[in-house]
Amino acid sequence: MTAFAGLERGSQGPAQPPPDSGKTRGRWTPYFLLLPGMAWLAVFFIVPVVFLVSMSLQTGNIVDGYELTWNFGTYGDAITQYWDQFVRSFIYALIATVAALLIAYPLAYAIAFKAGRFKNLLLVMVIAPFFTSFLIRTLAWQVILQSDGIVVGIMEKLHIISLLQWLQLLPTDQVIFSPFAVITGLTYNFLPFMTLPLYASLERLDPRLLEAGGDLYARPFTSFRKITLPLSMPGVVAGTLLTFIPAAGDYINSHLLGNTSTTMIGQVIDGQFLRVLDYPTASALSVTLMATIVILVAVYVWRAGTEELV
Amino acid sequence: MALTAPADPADLVSTAQPGPPPVHRRSRNPITWVREHIVGIFAFLAFVYLLLPNAVVVLFSFNNPTGRFNYQWASFSTHAWTNVCEPAGLCSSLVLSLQVGVLATVGATVLGTMMAFAMSRHRFRGRAPTNLLIFLPMATPEVVMGSSLLTLFVNIGIPLGFWTILIAHIMFCLSFVVVTVKARMASLDPRLEQAAADLYANETQAFWRITFPLVAPGIAAAALLAFSLSFDDFIITNFNASPSSITFPMYVWGSATRGTPVQINVVGTLMFLIAILAVGISQFVSWRRSRRA
Amino acid sequence: MSLDSLDPTQPAPVQESTNGDEVSGDLVLTRVTKEFGTFKAVDDIDLTIPQGSFFALLGPSGCGKTTTLRMVAGLEHPTVGRISIGSTDITGTKPYKRPVNTVFQSYALFPHMDVYENVAFGLRRRRKKDVKKQVDEVLELTELTALSRRKPAQLSGGQQQRVALARAIVNRPGVLLLDEPLGALDLKLRRQMQVELKRIQTEVGLTFVHVTHDQEEAMTMADTIAVMNAGRIEQMGAPVELYEAPRTTFVANFLGQSNMVDCTITSTAGDRLIADMHGTSVAMLTARSTVTSGKLLLGIRPEKLHVITDEVPAGDLDVVKGGVITDSSFIGVSTQYLVRMPWGQELMVFHQNRDTARVLAPGTPVTLAWSPEHAFGLSAEQDAHAGVETVDEAAS
Ligand SMILES: Nc1ncnc2c1ncn2[C@@H]1O[C@H](COP(=O)(O)OP(=O)(O)OP(=O)(O)O)[C@@H](O)[C@H]1O
Ligand SMILES: [Mg+2]
Repeated sequence: MTAFAGLERGSQGPAQPPPDSGKTRGRWTPYFLLLPGMAWLAVFFIVPVVFLVSMSLQTGNIVDGYELTWNFGTYGDAITQYWDQFVRSFIYALIATVAALLIAYPLAYAIAFKAGRFKNLLLVMVIAPFFTSFLIRTLAWQVILQSDGIVVGIMEKLHIISLLQWLQLLPTDQVIFSPFAVITGLTYNFLPFMTLPLYASLERLDPRLLEAGGDLYARPFTSFRKITLPLSMPGVVAGTLLTFIPAAGDYINSHLLGNTSTTMIGQVIDGQFLRVLDYPTASALSVTLMATIVILVAVYVWRAGTEELV
Repeated sequence: MALTAPADPADLVSTAQPGPPPVHRRSRNPITWVREHIVGIFAFLAFVYLLLPNAVVVLFSFNNPTGRFNYQWASFSTHAWTNVCEPAGLCSSLVLSLQVGVLATVGATVLGTMMAFAMSRHRFRGRAPTNLLIFLPMATPEVVMGSSLLTLFVNIGIPLGFWTILIAHIMFCLSFVVVTVKARMASLDPRLEQAAADLYANETQAFWRITFPLVAPGIAAAALLAFSLSFDDFIITNFNASPSSITFPMYVWGSATRGTPVQINVVGTLMFLIAILAVGISQFVSWRRSRRA
Repeated sequence: MSLDSLDPTQPAPVQESTNGDEVSGDLVLTRVTKEFGTFKAVDDIDLTIPQGSFFALLGPSGCGKTTTLRMVAGLEHPTVGRISIGSTDITGTKPYKRPVNTVFQSYALFPHMDVYENVAFGLRRRRKKDVKKQVDEVLELTELTALSRRKPAQLSGGQQQRVALARAIVNRPGVLLLDEPLGALDLKLRRQMQVELKRIQTEVGLTFVHVTHDQEEAMTMADTIAVMNAGRIEQMGAPVELYEAPRTTFVANFLGQSNMVDCTITSTAGDRLIADMHGTSVAMLTARSTVTSGKLLLGIRPEKLHVITDEVPAGDLDVVKGGVITDSSFIGVSTQYLVRMPWGQELMVFHQNRDTARVLAPGTPVTLAWSPEHAFGLSAEQDAHAGVETVDEAAS
């Protein structure tokens, strides 16, 4: 044994790193590479969150200053006062995520398997709306959904309006400034975030697998359910996360396309911070939102069985 | 209705499956046609949904509205196109957004690429916390990031403005850069670097001659993503800007209440066209290159 | 950005002179083991490959051939053992400081460089003069001149493989490692490249270590063959030696085909062993057996067996009677027979069609005979069929 130990290290000095198999070079190199970015994230992401939590437990006001009093009462007050907005944010985000998934899946599927040589062109068309500012496009929805517009006319003809009213998404006849308009905007704005990961996971799928599936299961729907869907799960998980998280915190859509009874939690936080200047309440709401989302995401990722997050 | 209902399915069946077997595979029957092209129809509708607002933006950039708001079509005009900088503050906000966008892209791309290299080409302790720290900003809503940064800046007394916006933008672009570059690194065959080492290239040479050129498209994609995220960001910016540092999205937001100048549609259209043109040119160049050989 | 100049712990290279051309001599692997986790991919092998020889590593898929080459190239670090060229220990030398080049199993061509740049890569790194002349020569040799400005993605599999070959041999390394370099070529090109490889090797005097699945390729090209199995070297020697006197059933079955019959040694007579084969007494050379008493497996190649239908010719022959032909297939140069022996075993016979072909029909009773010098004896404590299935795979 000891004789081998001598051979093993041989003529080199101690602790010579193994000649690389691609993974190991200098022992300190990875830390040097990681340090600046990690430091940036630590200082401008983690530290602010700590400040936020601390702020939520302080009392005082903007004029006299704040003092850390461990006042957990702020949380209770803030949550009870804005419970409706919290619930509404998560419900809207959930509906928008499901809607985006239902729209994006056929889209990604068609681009991956049916587009042929137009594949790249169609992909560009999915990404292209990105380049016109998000706000300008959301304002365009105000034009599209206005009461005497063509779109609303078509919706009336197809009885979509009455269906939406039955679903409680349209309190009145007006389409714009309604829950429906807010959800339409949310779905629209985050659709590319759903489509691209779905496309990426579908595109990697070997078409021969589908042929084999067609061979074994014969019915196209069965082979979709047994092969395509399970193999595209990583894309579904990534897409739903990339849609749900920003949608839950968003307030641009509810501000531009909604009314006072569609207020989402992001709007409340923004108002408390920038207009009411009630920092402890605003911070408590922020912390609650973040904690809720982190818990939801953790449960979801754990249930979906995705290991490596990034 | 209720009385006739039972008869309907039978009718459907008998029309869908006529006695003699169909000769043509491509049936004229509309139901069959819809069933065969269902995915394509859905995809088409999805594209309409995706591109309708862009069409409206382009169309209304030629509008000559009667009031302060550009919501109703009035008459055709190219006034906005020839007088882009007419509304006060529009062009200066555009310049600020471009400045922040470029600097944030450079910062986030350099830092993020370094992190991606470390994570996919090196072994080190603390991989799990590193992954978590990179993932968390992507799992945090923008209001939370914006408001927490504001709390930090207010607490330690950093004046809001250009630099606070830049800091915030680098922070939220970083994770997206890491993920994009890492994905590209993962698809890179490690044997190429080994082949370089076998052919007398030391680590530095192998990096610059093999690894870097091959990962470059991924880095470019990450930079493009970072730029578009930065250029388009409103929520985080709004928390960390001052009245004297108005970015383009902030300008648009403000105009939504004060009155929307047609010129913002011109800017939106131009951005769309530039992007399409850039993609078109790069596609054409790569097509030409593949043809030439 | 020199990533490693930042690293303070990196010791200075032990042998500064270990650079390129200066090192030469025999390639020696001493007790080399490579473990991946608890799995031993290479298990305690010793090898000496003389300078300038053509050495072939032969073995079934997954037996550790690639791993062995990668350790010689420096891309994998042995868990135990050392590797040296001549008197220089290169166990810890960086890959780019070894006078060793590899033709990778998966080509590993640089996708962003054209053929010319791929081939020139090694010369450029060592700042050689006359890069153009040397590259052009090698491109000529590998018939790639017309393709020199193409990117790897625009080449066929065989062309890519030739680029990989050109990229390595242009450096004239002391040791050239070839990991199945001819696998994707069609038969004609393959034979042509085999001749070329052999010519380059003898001309330049490089040491070639050639991994292949193709036993015919190994036997025609190599001076020495090592047969690997499950991380170990089963047997090593000249092609003729390995074929004629295998020392394990694995080698006997993996290289060509063999009949293995259970026997018991009954006595010795001079330089011969006398054994009992299911009731018949047969003789064999003591020197060609790995066991000298008790049970043994008597091996005999199918082409060494004679089928006899009338009387047994006189001479020094082992003779077993009572066989019945169960299958015969005529393949032109020879006829293959399966013969069922009285103890139930079927033996394979290749009969050369030296005279007018006369195929014996199934059911014909025959006697089998062979010269005692052609039989070999193997320990009965191993699986008589080891390495059998892999024959099909290797042939395909
Ligand atoms: N990096 C690794 N990690 C774990 N196991 C490995 C690794 N590389 C190789 N192995 C295992 O080591 C064994 C030997 O692999 P090797 O590549 O040397 O086989 P080979 O003889 O070249 O096979 P083939 O003829 O198919 O190329 C295999 O069982 C393989 O699965
Ligand atoms: Mg191999």
